[in-house]
Amino acid sequence: MDTVISAEDLTKKFGDFTAVDRISFEVFQGEIFGFLGANGAGKTTAMKMLTGLLRPTSGQAQVAGFDVYRQPELIKQHIGYMSQRFSLYEDLTVRENIEFYGGIYGLTFKEIRRKIPQLLHELGLLEVERQLVKSLPLGWKQRLAFSIALIHEPRIVFLDEPTGGVDPITRRQFWETIYQSAAMGVTIFVTTHYMDEAEYCHRVSMMAQGKIAALGPPKQLKQAFQAQSMDEIFLSIARGAK
Amino acid sequence: MRQIGIIILKEFFHILRDRRTLLILFGLPVVQILVFGFAITNEIKDARIAILDPSRDQISREVQQRLLSSGYFVLEETAADMDAVLRAFREDRIKMAVIFPSAMQKRFYHDDKVQIQFIADAAEPNTATTLVNYATAIVNDYQMDKLRMDDLPLEIHTEVKMLYNPRMQSVYMFVPGLIVVILTLICAMMTSIALTREKELGTMEVLLVSPVRPFLVILGKVVPYFVLGMIITVMVLLLGRFVFGMPVRGSLALLMAECVLFVLNALALGIFISTRTDSQMVAMMFSLIGLMMPVLLLSGFIFPIESMPWPLQWLSHILPGKWFLIIIKDIMLKGVGFSYIWKETLILIVMLLVILAAGVRNFKIRLA
Repeated sequence: MDTVISAEDLTKKFGDFTAVDRISFEVFQGEIFGFLGANGAGKTTAMKMLTGLLRPTSGQAQVAGFDVYRQPELIKQHIGYMSQRFSLYEDLTVRENIEFYGGIYGLTFKEIRRKIPQLLHELGLLEVERQLVKSLPLGWKQRLAFSIALIHEPRIVFLDEPTGGVDPITRRQFWETIYQSAAMGVTIFVTTHYMDEAEYCHRVSMMAQGKIAALGPPKQLKQAFQAQSMDEIFLSIARGAK
Repeated sequence: MRQIGIIILKEFFHILRDRRTLLILFGLPVVQILVFGFAITNEIKDARIAILDPSRDQISREVQQRLLSSGYFVLEETAADMDAVLRAFREDRIKMAVIFPSAMQKRFYHDDKVQIQFIADAAEPNTATTLVNYATAIVNDYQMDKLRMDDLPLEIHTEVKMLYNPRMQSVYMFVPGLIVVILTLICAMMTSIALTREKELGTMEVLLVSPVRPFLVILGKVVPYFVLGMIITVMVLLLGRFVFGMPVRGSLALLMAECVLFVLNALALGIFISTRTDSQMVAMMFSLIGLMMPVLLLSGFIFPIESMPWPLQWLSHILPGKWFLIIIKDIMLKGVGFSYIWKETLILIVMLLVILAAGVRNFKIRLA
């Protein structure tokens, strides 16, 4: 399997505070990689380093074959990103949002126009193409945001708590979408608070106090920690951290 | 390059679709200039006065005539006694009273001095001062004429010339002032709100993760407000010119160039504010209290800087608006060229660089 993300002793310090402390891991092509941890465990900082937003203090990392120190701009061109707030413009229409982000990711107008009907069809949003995003239900916005993160066909997509505030059925549907994309070879790097979602991942890592406390497929982790659910593992790690 | 075009276009969509923004952008300048132009004025016309004249001779009548024909005063009441005058003040029917002495004519020609008393309603101090000054000037004028007629050997004649604004119109003061206020409002406040809105929505995150350089993201967001700021400047100038007859005596090109410089200053301030906060509300409050209030109160637009206590004078020096106000007044009213305003221009340029540097530094800290 191809390695698309690799981190080695990746560290970020803010003054005296070490937010991310020598973490090492690999993520493979087509994998759904769950990145878990309590608030303040260093998830967001680690993700910012991998997406080229933050410069690491030390350690090594490659994303999509590019170095986080020397080629952050190239990384940005080859990844997709969806934030927990879905990051759509409410006062623009569905179509305008797609056009805008397509343009931002360097697609030509021709490519965008070619992609839009297919994309809208897959999302089932053909009828509302000219409606303002603010009129859409949350679940639709979520899927739209996900499609937009994939519009430039990146090899990796980073999802930052993509299911926050969404009802369980919509969450379930969203995970199906994620599986479909992973099946097509897109690597999914996802952070979440929901431990049931962790079970959907191929492999998960759990962070506590800036370090990776556990890493592996959910099944293996449960055996190793002799736990019934991911929840238990999460709690024991979080407690152990204190 | 294409990406920045897309960001600019998107920002125009945001502006055009938000009625409140549009209202602030175009309604506010028009309303402000009309309100300031028609309603708020330091000139006084037709102030109602009472006259108490026990003399009723030629001199007292001539003085009265001078006062009433000046256009500043209208006669509300010819009072019989002091009580009637005071009653008129209490009932708020008059702003000033003129009290003549008895036997005015006799005293004027035979005594060394003769007194006329002005009583003004100083509940409104500015109006009272202005009225008394007008009236004093009219009486002095009358006296002068009288003396000249009687052929005195020696006289001192003062001639007053109000340079640059001969008719003392307040519009000459507030059109430049309003340009400063409006540009600060639109460029600094609207920019800081537009930038923090993206942060609140979380879209800024996505833009920063995208391949577009952060610098271009900010530039794309700011360009529309630059364009609007310039359009509105022209709008205010045209309104001033054609509704109130405000001249532009100096070079129009120089005026516009200085406006560009000030707009850049305001935009940089807007960017700076947005690097300090993530909330639209805070950005707005900061713009209003931290920028608008000082510009209104300390730039010299409403209150003269010379008569402020020194801490406020000192504070006014760090306001770009103060220097810009000097520049545009000089260009519009005095018609001076660049050689007279290069110092102020230089100050604005230095301020722009400092604000930009601070903004960039904050932005870098957030990323590092």
